[in-house]
Amino acid sequence: MMKPRIILDSKHIEITVTRLCHQLIEVHNDFSNSVIIGLQPRGIYLSKRIHTKLSEILKTKKILCGSLDTTFYRDDFRKKELVPNATEIDFIIEDKNVILIDDVLYTGRTIRAGLDAMLAFGRPNDVELLVLIDRRLSRHLPIQAKYIGKTIDSIASEKVKVDWKEVDGSDKVTLLSND
Amino acid sequence: MTKLSTKHLLGIKELTADDIHLILNTAANFKEVINRPIKKVPSLRDITIANLFFENSTRTKLSFELAEKRLSADVVNFASSSSSVSKGETLIDTVNNILAMKVDMVVMRHPNPGAALFLAKHVNSKIINAGDGAHEHPTQALLDAFSIKEKLGSVKGKKIAIIGDILHSRVALSNIFCLQKLGAEVMVCGPTTLLPKYIGSLGVKVESNLKKALEWCDVANMLRIQLERQDVKYFPSLREYTMMFGLNKEILDSLSKKIVVMHPGPINRGVEITSDVADSNQSIILEQVENGVAVRMAVLFLLAGRV
Repeated sequence: MMKPRIILDSKHIEITVTRLCHQLIEVHNDFSNSVIIGLQPRGIYLSKRIHTKLSEILKTKKILCGSLDTTFYRDDFRKKELVPNATEIDFIIEDKNVILIDDVLYTGRTIRAGLDAMLAFGRPNDVELLVLIDRRLSRHLPIQAKYIGKTIDSIASEKVKVDWKEVDGSDKVTLLSND
Repeated sequence: MTKLSTKHLLGIKELTADDIHLILNTAANFKEVINRPIKKVPSLRDITIANLFFENSTRTKLSFELAEKRLSADVVNFASSSSSVSKGETLIDTVNNILAMKVDMVVMRHPNPGAALFLAKHVNSKIINAGDGAHEHPTQALLDAFSIKEKLGSVKGKKIAIIGDILHSRVALSNIFCLQKLGAEVMVCGPTTLLPKYIGSLGVKVESNLKKALEWCDVANMLRIQLERQDVKYFPSLREYTMMFGLNKEILDSLSKKIVVMHPGPINRGVEITSDVADSNQSIILEQVENGVAVRMAVLFLLAGRV
């Protein structure tokens, strides 16, 4: 029986997103040479939130935001059934500073696939990773996020579930454990 | 639905409507991939595919090969004219020899109907039918459905007329199965001698007047007269066929609405379709070719998912 425990509620998520936006502005100023890319399927909700919030704070409509699907670049293809999602990047990332966004950083394999997938759109100047939840003890690859919403220590049998208002009805992050 | 209900792609008849939707949706993702600056993804880098063409082909062979290469698969090609088939080797022996070299999937075109099914029963590999005689050409039907969906928004409820040599056409049969499974209405039109005897059992409308067929349809799929498969004369002359069933600008402009014109190729310009129609803005012939690569990538990707 999986017992749910709420790690972040909707209010916390909003505060965290606002903080992450300010951290991004510290580094990227007005975003004139920076772009945001959300990873499909679940990272795009966070990237859209961040994009909306940044546009609000900086009072601009010029920040570029895209979504990237990693299915065709994954290393676990043929071990499980994967469904591809849409990639929408209608700008060039050559020499840009790219901020990759996903909801949970776990083994690092999705990010690895995302980095490969991104290179089909050009050679960026710099790539940074932003995640809402960092499960720091579960990495299989040497990948770290630069901007982190919340770091948690969890074991493999536990599950982290991020719900978004747009698709799941409410904003929350839940830790499901077996005991 | 995340996987196909079948291990091989032998014909559209064996597919479910869900399978077809899954292939078309996956193909839309691959269409985006092949329009990127770098058109290649590493999904099938551990897969080897043999293309066995026992019959001539330009478009299908190139399209499959490009699809395989853009998925990073290793590709070996085989043409019967330059092989040991002419020394008397059987189909099963030929294919088993190729599979002994550790090939994962086989794409085959063969002049005999049922060749792909036969192979699927007797060899241990995934088989993709790239056309078997006058039987089926499933990837062509899938790319035609994809092109119609892309142009008109959906296939369901649309009226599609298939015009020309229905009797010798594997494209016609696969298209009829595919379009019907997707909920479209299908009409065939051509000289009575070039309609198969069993056409009534397929649940399609039959029309012998080109103008009436064109007035009825949203999409006209013009087929080539397959002279190489015609052992006897089915109509008096090509000139007469063109007069009765050839699509020209004059007929197209006289219709009450703008229809979409398709052709699976190769085109015999001036026979079933005139140049000004084939090159007009109502024709989606070259889009069909582009979509062919995306659809074949989707088929290979989904079938390889089960290796």
